[in-house]
Amino acid sequence: MAVFEPEAEGIVLDVEETGGDIVGRSPWALAGRRFLRNKLALAALGLFILIVAVSLSAPLYAKHVAKTDPFKSNVTGTVTIDGKTIDVIQEGTGKLGLGETPIGPTWKSQYFIGADGQGRDVAARVLYGGRASLFIGFGSALLACLLALVLALVAGYFAGATDLVISRLMDLIWAFPLYLLAISLATVLLARPTDKPLKIGPVTLTAGSLWIPLVIIGLVYVPYVFRPIRGQVLSLREKEFVEAAVAQGAGSFRLVFREILPNVISTVVVLLPLMIATTILTESALSYLSIGVQAPKASWGTIIEDGQGLLYTRPWVAIAPGIMIVLTVLALNVLGDGLRDALDPRSKVRMK
Amino acid sequence: MRPRSLFQSLALFGAAALVLTACGGSNKKSSSPSSGNAGGTLVTVAKAAPSGSPDPQIDYTLQEWQLLILTHDGLVGFKRAAGTEGTKIVADLATTVPKPTDGGKTYTFTLRKGIKFSNGKTLKASDVKYTFERLFKIGQSPNAGTWYNVIVGGDACVKTPKSCNLDQGVIVDDASGKVTFHLTKSDPEFLDQLSVPFAFILPTGTPNTEVKIPPPGTGPYKWVEYNPNKELKLVRNPNFKEWSKDAQPAGNPDVIVQKFGLSAEAQVTQVENGQADWMFDPPPADRLNEMSTKYADQVHVNPLTAIYYYAFGVNTPPFNNLKARQAVNFAVDRNALVKIYGGPNLAVPTCQILPPNFPGYKPYCPYTKNPGSGKWTAPDLAKAKQLVAASGTKGAAVKVNTDTTDVNKATGLYFVDLLNSIGYKAQLQALAPDIQYPYCQNSKNKIQFCYSSWYQDYPAASDFLDILLGCNSIHPNSDSSPNIAQFCSKPIQAKMDQAAVQAVTDPTTSNETWASVDKAVTDQAPWVAMYNPKLIDFLSKRVKGYTFSPQWYFLLGQASVK
Repeated sequence: MAVFEPEAEGIVLDVEETGGDIVGRSPWALAGRRFLRNKLALAALGLFILIVAVSLSAPLYAKHVAKTDPFKSNVTGTVTIDGKTIDVIQEGTGKLGLGETPIGPTWKSQYFIGADGQGRDVAARVLYGGRASLFIGFGSALLACLLALVLALVAGYFAGATDLVISRLMDLIWAFPLYLLAISLATVLLARPTDKPLKIGPVTLTAGSLWIPLVIIGLVYVPYVFRPIRGQVLSLREKEFVEAAVAQGAGSFRLVFREILPNVISTVVVLLPLMIATTILTESALSYLSIGVQAPKASWGTIIEDGQGLLYTRPWVAIAPGIMIVLTVLALNVLGDGLRDALDPRSKVRMK
Repeated sequence: MRPRSLFQSLALFGAAALVLTACGGSNKKSSSPSSGNAGGTLVTVAKAAPSGSPDPQIDYTLQEWQLLILTHDGLVGFKRAAGTEGTKIVADLATTVPKPTDGGKTYTFTLRKGIKFSNGKTLKASDVKYTFERLFKIGQSPNAGTWYNVIVGGDACVKTPKSCNLDQGVIVDDASGKVTFHLTKSDPEFLDQLSVPFAFILPTGTPNTEVKIPPPGTGPYKWVEYNPNKELKLVRNPNFKEWSKDAQPAGNPDVIVQKFGLSAEAQVTQVENGQADWMFDPPPADRLNEMSTKYADQVHVNPLTAIYYYAFGVNTPPFNNLKARQAVNFAVDRNALVKIYGGPNLAVPTCQILPPNFPGYKPYCPYTKNPGSGKWTAPDLAKAKQLVAASGTKGAAVKVNTDTTDVNKATGLYFVDLLNSIGYKAQLQALAPDIQYPYCQNSKNKIQFCYSSWYQDYPAASDFLDILLGCNSIHPNSDSSPNIAQFCSKPIQAKMDQAAVQAVTDPTTSNETWASVDKAVTDQAPWVAMYNPKLIDFLSKRVKGYTFSPQWYFLLGQASVK
């Protein structure tokens, strides 16, 4: 009777797994089983889903709970709290009556955590900000991973001059300080005159479009994903199963998409949540510097910037989006670790 | 002169007046300070050193000018006094303020005798000629080619600075102390321009290259330290003897220090704790309530002759249409903008170009509900929408350009909402302050609606109307084109030219003409004038003798910290 030897089949076992545990299961099913056993990763996934859900519910919250348009300036507006009508931006007190302070947390449906300097409901803006931050974070990470995957497959498989050109191009991008590169691109794209929007083929991008930070962040992170995948492709193309496929007359297309891609996709899956966490942080930093998401649109970074000038009197304006960023990034990092443990328990792939 | 934001502390402004008050300085002589409050060290704090060069003929910041007036003197100067008295020009190094002769083209001064520089050299008439030649030779003096080129030979000096020779323009006689300026044309603002630090007299032999610390002067203090990364320090000038309390009173503190590198938040805390006596930068908005409540006695609020505004690009759609510009003016809730700035105690809404209490100012506001009183009362949104419809510009895309400082970005956001509410498709473009102002000035960028502000150089209506909205202030494709709106009306320009001519002989009639120019320009709505700001000075408990000059703001030398 033949003995099942997982290592010989190219399957990596978790430390607690035996060969019997995995008989008849596909690598993806095995990964799913391992992931479901990881309670911390499941909690992180749950938290992430919750954050996405509440962010997606922003329009409902704004309309039915906060009853406000969180993008509209409300400097001279009023709000009724406990039957009392008060100004959203309140006049200064004291002998000189200096300074105008936005309303603080009411802990009620309207202005739950107060207003910002424009008199807008911060809670509603934090939820809307989540939509933008998650959209850009997810979109740019996906863009970076897809572009890096394609380039790594081409560079790694064809090697030689192709690899040289693509790898040096990646090195060139890598050589630029990341934020400096992103800031330079954003400054050029955002300062375009109104009548000269950026046109990429059929796509027209105006200065306020969320796609601009998405594309910028996605592009600057391509080399960070490209390098580990390319290394893996270079290694895989020398493996016996690839040589066997070559011996069977397989062409380049089949070799890349049928033999190599399935073996690197798990790396991309592991990297994706970690990249999302990284790109959310980058988006927040750029938006904080006013070169990411453009007002009156909100992202967590722009809301922190709005709150910076109110730290002394209305700290919640900056703290609330800060907490959301911390929770999201924490959840994604734990989730990424969980996925790595599930897909490749011995993997040494780590985001730096 | 260029605008600056209080939050950038790039204050540029200058000196005085259509009101050419010819008054002789008092001849009181004393080496002692002005009162019994002398002594101690006045510690001031700022975010950073004054931007640019510390050279008195190059520097163009309020921050350094407030100190240069303590260390240097011009032939004439603004009276060191509060209120309107502080806008008067008095004799400083000269014995009297001269009346121009030769149709306004010749000014003759006589120097006071016995004045010494801090290096011990005696002031001579030839120092005056040397100073003005250096102003051109140094090659970087901002207004050499716009103010001082009116001196005979000045234009040639602008073209070839290194070989500048003012033998024909500045005639001096060391023996009699006489200095005669010959101008190429009459200039009603020449005395104002002699009263600012560019024209402060330096000793012969001062290098004709940029200096790293202001050179010796004649004032009651001298510079002994200038480290832009740490601090600057002024100590008493042992050679100073008070010759005119109006022009250059002896100072009270023995030492004046300005420390750099503290955020505005930290500056407030230091002043509250008595670690510093005065903060140069405006206090952050979220500390105002605390200051107003707990430290009210240490806070001084003064109106400024300045304006914050948004300029329309009058040659770019949709605001090349007068009705569209007027529509925005009617729609804007100036109270909301005042609230954003810090409330009614820190700013006053306005519709017109000239600030209150300024030569030529007559209250005028056509863009309000119930116009007629000259004051803005409330927006008229219905009229605004009607004008937008009549203009045929509804639905046009508008980029609202502002800078990224808290208040200015907030006003930009307000305008985005406002423009959207009256039928435009507006979006915000917030640029870093250093980029935003040159960007708006350059006609290549075809701005539609751009934030700016302006502080007086000196109290003359031309400093607002002609510089900011005159045809000659448009320099196509240049980053230095102060007429951001690119507004040029030939009939209005003719009136401005007429007012300038009248100013030489008849300041009162000139101011009447300027008032009519202000009205005519306001009717053409090249801007949305928002508000005239006020300045907050926050002092430590121990500071006494606070004096606010409308020209130089807080007079540091008059404060007592004993």
